[in-house]
Amino acid sequence: MMFGGHLLSVLIWLPIIGGFVVLFFDKQAETAKWLSLVVSVLTFALSIPLWTGFNLGTAEMQFVEMAPWITTIHAQFHIGIDGIAMPLILLTTFTTALIVISSWTNVAKKVAAYLGSFLILEGVMIGVFCALDAVLFYVFWEAMLIPMFIIIGVWGGPRRVYASIKFFLYTFIGSLLMLVALIYMYLKGGSYEISALQNMHLTLTEQTLIFLAFFSAFAVKVPMWPVHTWLPDAHVEAPTGGSVVLAAIMLKMGGYGFLRFSLPIAPDASRELDWLIIAFSLIAVVYIGFVALAQTDMKKLIAYSSIAHMGFVTLGMFIGFQIVAHTGRTSGIQLGLDGAMVQMLSHGFVSGAMFLCVGVMYDRVHSREIKAYGGVVNTMPKFAAFMVLFALANSGLPGTSGFVGEFMVILASFKANAWYAFLAAITMILGAAYTLWLVKRVIFGPVGNDHVAHMTDLNGREFLVLGLLALAVIAFGVWPAPLVDVLHSSTEHLAQQLLMSKIAP
Amino acid sequence: MNAAFDTGLFNQGIGYAAPEIFLGIAACVILLLDLVLSEEQRQWNGVLAVVSLLVTGVLVAAEPVTGRIVAMGGLFELDRMAQLLKVVTLLVVAVVFIYSTDYLKRRRILKGEYYVLGLFSTLGAMVLISAANLITLYLGLELMSLCLYAMVAFDRDSGIAAESAIKYFVLGSMASGTLLYGMSIIYGVTGSLELAVIAEAVRHGLADNVGLIFGIAFLIVGVGFKLGAVPFHMWIPDVYEGSPTSVTVFIGTASKLAAFALAMRLLPEALGASQPDWSQMLVVLSVLSMAIGNIVAIAQSNLKRMLAYSTISHIGYVLLGILSGTAQGYQAAMFYMVSYVLVSAGAFGMILLLARTGFEADKIEDFKGLFARSPWFAGMMLILMVSLAGVPPFIGFWAKLGVVQAVLGVNMTWLAVVAVLFSVVGAYYYLRVVKVMFFDEPTDTTVLGGSMLMRTVLSINALLVLGIGIIPSSLLMLCQRALP
Repeated sequence: MMFGGHLLSVLIWLPIIGGFVVLFFDKQAETAKWLSLVVSVLTFALSIPLWTGFNLGTAEMQFVEMAPWITTIHAQFHIGIDGIAMPLILLTTFTTALIVISSWTNVAKKVAAYLGSFLILEGVMIGVFCALDAVLFYVFWEAMLIPMFIIIGVWGGPRRVYASIKFFLYTFIGSLLMLVALIYMYLKGGSYEISALQNMHLTLTEQTLIFLAFFSAFAVKVPMWPVHTWLPDAHVEAPTGGSVVLAAIMLKMGGYGFLRFSLPIAPDASRELDWLIIAFSLIAVVYIGFVALAQTDMKKLIAYSSIAHMGFVTLGMFIGFQIVAHTGRTSGIQLGLDGAMVQMLSHGFVSGAMFLCVGVMYDRVHSREIKAYGGVVNTMPKFAAFMVLFALANSGLPGTSGFVGEFMVILASFKANAWYAFLAAITMILGAAYTLWLVKRVIFGPVGNDHVAHMTDLNGREFLVLGLLALAVIAFGVWPAPLVDVLHSSTEHLAQQLLMSKIAP
Repeated sequence: MNAAFDTGLFNQGIGYAAPEIFLGIAACVILLLDLVLSEEQRQWNGVLAVVSLLVTGVLVAAEPVTGRIVAMGGLFELDRMAQLLKVVTLLVVAVVFIYSTDYLKRRRILKGEYYVLGLFSTLGAMVLISAANLITLYLGLELMSLCLYAMVAFDRDSGIAAESAIKYFVLGSMASGTLLYGMSIIYGVTGSLELAVIAEAVRHGLADNVGLIFGIAFLIVGVGFKLGAVPFHMWIPDVYEGSPTSVTVFIGTASKLAAFALAMRLLPEALGASQPDWSQMLVVLSVLSMAIGNIVAIAQSNLKRMLAYSTISHIGYVLLGILSGTAQGYQAAMFYMVSYVLVSAGAFGMILLLARTGFEADKIEDFKGLFARSPWFAGMMLILMVSLAGVPPFIGFWAKLGVVQAVLGVNMTWLAVVAVLFSVVGAYYYLRVVKVMFFDEPTDTTVLGGSMLMRTVLSINALLVLGIGIIPSSLLMLCQRALP
């Protein structure tokens, strides 16, 4: 094994330390860029062995490392990955490398600090996905806020101050309630190990309160209706790179939290409160879909579309309980979980790509308004091809990754009740409506104005970034089997955990 | 070192007070030396003061302490808590002196008295920390406070400083009087001034004595005042704002540690058996402090005032640890206090760094665009502010984790939830400072002042906040050993 079994530590600390080093090249922008590129590409390259060396046959944690950390509270530096965490880590390293490449020329000031923040953020996010100790998880989870806060606030748009503070406070308040729940369980069980928390007996009342505490942390992050309002603001004001990280990775942390904490730690409460999550998810899918339809700002439209798509994720996670309740069969649970995971990853690629596309146009015209464009295909044919591809993936066209996850979730919903499937499937229509209408207004038609007439097509760098994303979107759309194989053992194990009551005998 | 003093009065263990004695002598020497030093040589006072603090610190740390040593006929005690608090106090005061020198020089108030008063005040704090008797406790407290009153009024041409000093003096004397009254009631009920004897008496049947509880109420008022807990907090914002910043930082760090020791000696040590009674009172103080401190801080435009309200709120969190009444709670409170002092010294140090002749840099606006002016120190201030907000991986997070764990450990879940919710309110105004530094354009392009030494110490101070935040084990262990 590489690095004597410390591969995950290297993946966490390489970008963090690299990021701090980059911060010092304040005056030498070129050096900072190349150094960030090297660090981010190296991190991505090092993360590939996680996939190639991954053992598909087990739900046990792999690449595990453990070291004593804080003895007084029995917290350990315990990290490892399973089939749920591994793809998300790869998504993180892949996306960060793309962000570094795409930010090459379009950052107006303090390039070193910008890229350094992204690298630090990358390491911290990898830490979130592989922490197996609740304190460690929490530390990474919160530490993530600081670089993101700075990124939105320093390099963001006109209302960046409002957006960044709203982003910080919203996520902070949710997380703190989670902290109270974690400490409660530590005092009861004497350990912060996530696996110990998962095996702990808890009464239904305890589980319900713990579930709600976790819910406040993860629902904000996903974000679920009605605590989603920070997202459109943060997305719109953030610089392109910030929007991409938010959409592609940070939102996934909420979903990851549900899978790692809420469901296995409080399965009985999850079953009792599944109606709440399912209702919120369906509202997100349908209502937010309509909201997206009414947007005039491209970034806002994609932000709302993200909320709607993440509604699918939470629906897929909790629909299993309804399947058991309605049919007594347990076979659909795993389908829903798999669908949720595939949807998260696909959304990571697609929404990241959509934000990058908006960024490409913004760099040329400096407007995010749909009205400011029209007929872009005439001046940027290559770009238009990519944009149309990602738009179709966003609306769930078969053959793109966007279809696979949504289809699996709808299939699972159908097993529970046809009405769930009906409501969920509305998104297919709404998604197509708002994305295609966006494409129609921005890309097609006659050239809208002089600015559009002077747009130049993609340069090599932009082509590379969008091309890689397009490859991923199509690859996972045509042949999702490798991804589902990776997930299989872990989601199977999780499905068993959901069925087991944790109420003390 | 005891063997040398093995006769007469020394037989009673005066050797354990050797660091205090050394510091007292050093302060006197500096006082005399100041007479012969010319204006240009004044800074030697500072050098000597810092050296004597460090030597005292070494003397304290060198004494092997196991358990609780009582010396001088029950007047003085030395335990691990005292040892740790003294070392931290001495180090912090040394750091404060280093931060202050430039500031005082620019304001032409670099006088030997600043150091002498500071040293005597530190001596008072040390006596207080080591007190085993109500009299020693009170003596230490008064020595510390009287020097502080004088230090606030130190810049005699400043009207606002004089006003603050009077306010501080009048209110402080009232609090001392209240404390003394409470002590006299305790003495009346238990028949002793010795903390150990009082503890014994309370444990054996006096815990629910009405007279005792009456006395405790007065003690709480005194302790609440010295700590700056709501509703005894009125003096803090005015004194913080009005004092020269080099004195504010002293009040905000060393005197807080001493006030914490006062609370620990009086409440858990002497009155441990009445814990349910004083806990109830502290719950009120704690919730009010967290609420008022955090909410009112939002409205401040003066950074020193904001930090004053922030202190009030942090004292609320420290009280959470004390009121839980468990060893784990006391350890958490101590960790909180030590980490708070570390961060607050850095924050005031930043104000001192930005200040220059005729410009106090005590408005939040004065930090505008610091990121563009000096990315390094903007980063340092970012660490300090985010740590105050309680975000990991900084030291302030572990402090909050500890006290929240303490109250959850005694099944006061509601209090834990209140505490974390108010810390969200707190996060807002710390973030505002970050916002001003990073998101706004600079209106002032002056190059930052400060000597190399000060810049280095300030950077180390801030990096410690991050470093201990990443590996908090050793400090947590020290606090655990200090209060087993």
